Amino acid sequence: MTRLMPRIEAALALLLALVWISPLLFALWAAFHATTDAVNFTLSAPLILDNFRTAWDGAPWLRYFLNTFLLVTLVLAGQFFLCTLAGFAFARIDFRGKGTVFTLILLQLFILPEVLIVKNYAIAASLGLVDTIAGIGVPYMASAFGIFLMRQAFKGVPMELDEAARVEGCSLLGVLWRVYVPAARPTYIAYALVSVATHWNNFLWPLIVTNTESARPLTVGLSIFGAPENGVDISVISAATVMVIAPLLVLFLVFQRQFVQAFLRAGIK
Amino acid sequence: MTDAFRIATRRRAIHGWLLLSPALVMLSTFAFYPSVATLWASFFSRETRRRPSEFIGLNNYRFLFEDPTFWKVAGNNLLYAGVTIPISIALALVMALWANSKIPGKSFLRTAYFTPTVLPMIAAGNLWLFFYTPDIGVLDQLFGLVGLGSMNWLGRPETSLWAICIVTIWKESGFFMIFYLAALQTIPPELKEAADIEGASRWTYTRRIVLPLLMPTTLFILVNALINSVKLIDHLFILTKGGPSDSSKLILYYIWELSFAFFDSPMAAATTVLVLAVLGIVAALQFGLLDRRTHYQ
Repeated sequence: MTRLMPRIEAALALLLALVWISPLLFALWAAFHATTDAVNFTLSAPLILDNFRTAWDGAPWLRYFLNTFLLVTLVLAGQFFLCTLAGFAFARIDFRGKGTVFTLILLQLFILPEVLIVKNYAIAASLGLVDTIAGIGVPYMASAFGIFLMRQAFKGVPMELDEAARVEGCSLLGVLWRVYVPAARPTYIAYALVSVATHWNNFLWPLIVTNTESARPLTVGLSIFGAPENGVDISVISAATVMVIAPLLVLFLVFQRQFVQAFLRAGIK
Repeated sequence: MTDAFRIATRRRAIHGWLLLSPALVMLSTFAFYPSVATLWASFFSRETRRRPSEFIGLNNYRFLFEDPTFWKVAGNNLLYAGVTIPISIALALVMALWANSKIPGKSFLRTAYFTPTVLPMIAAGNLWLFFYTPDIGVLDQLFGLVGLGSMNWLGRPETSLWAICIVTIWKESGFFMIFYLAALQTIPPELKEAADIEGASRWTYTRRIVLPLLMPTTLFILVNALINSVKLIDHLFILTKGGPSDSSKLILYYIWELSFAFFDSPMAAATTVLVLAVLGIVAALQFGLLDRRTHYQ
């Protein structure tokens, strides 16, 4: 009994892990096989690349990749800039009204940009941002989550470093740039991984605010490509899906530890 | 107080507000103003070609409450939350205990459990389509092996929402596992040693020591899960589009449909306000319950 239990548990754990990656494994399987072989699970069927060729020719993927890349870069740059300044103010400067503003900002954690699609579309339209990459990214830049994260990171910086830099004659922004930003490097990396993963995968808002391929990111492109009206078969959809998730998945598998640490750091603090 | 002190105070205030202003401008434009504007818009009638929009007070809310679709969608979302939240959290806990135990190959386990977290929901929808499609899908083939007939999981009102729930659970559990893993690693090993000396079984140790210590983490995850039960709807676009006959429609999808497919923004605004109110309750829960225990300093 006592010998058996750990083994059963290990087997269950492994089974669950296999179930968890099985959708991905099946997609890989289907992507490299002809549709009939894929659905019949002909194990001896030859591996083919035709599905990828068909999928690649079926949509402007290069454009979508580029758009997604520009989008995550833009969002990240905006978030770093805005959240660094605001986080620093909350962490190290005392002024009246700080507490109230901080509470107000924390409230935004619950006002999801996704929920405000109706008005945000109107705002994006009035700013001329519809169907632009900036339009997709801009509502996410001042992230309450990011401000909170940077504030926590900056609070951990020893005051002595701050004072030493000031004695040396650094200005306020100089102190921020020379002392705080380098000290918060791990937090920036964590935040970057979480942010890139989030915005690489984001769908609803990009769907709403784009209407041509010039700004459409990968997720929206994939949803249009896979729409039943287009009548593409399961192997081709799988190939397209594999293509879309491959960069992020490879990034994840290579930087696994950092990824997990990043989500931890982002969540716990 | 001296003048120098007052000048320093004033300078700090100026610096503080200057540093905050870019973020505040953005937050006001894309979070605070749209929230208020949505509330305001919910008091007006729909603008048609014949008739301009006019103030109608709470009538939109009355229409909404008289609309069976709204109740259907709200019920769906409650069920969606009620099913996915407890199961995801329980699975996350089990996963974390496993990934933190002495099971061989635990780094593979951790990777496998966590992988869905980095995949877009749209892609997840496509992956699961391969499972759910009647006749040729993996599930049907598995059921065929044991002699069960074909089943249109996504196309039947009885099963569509459950099929959606399964994808969400799959997506979320590994994400929540991470938080449990982190918490597990902060439990001092002496506790385990003490429990062993006392002769406590692993089950007793888990139930009496580990679970209580994980309570704050569970609350934190719960808040996240509640928010996600509103937010995670992308797979609907691929798998069911809310159908058949609204059986798998969730509230955010409904808002999208109202405003971008039916162009009824006042009703969409009223629905949004209700969602914001619910999220406000979640926020109150967070600040009331969680903050007493956690460490925002």
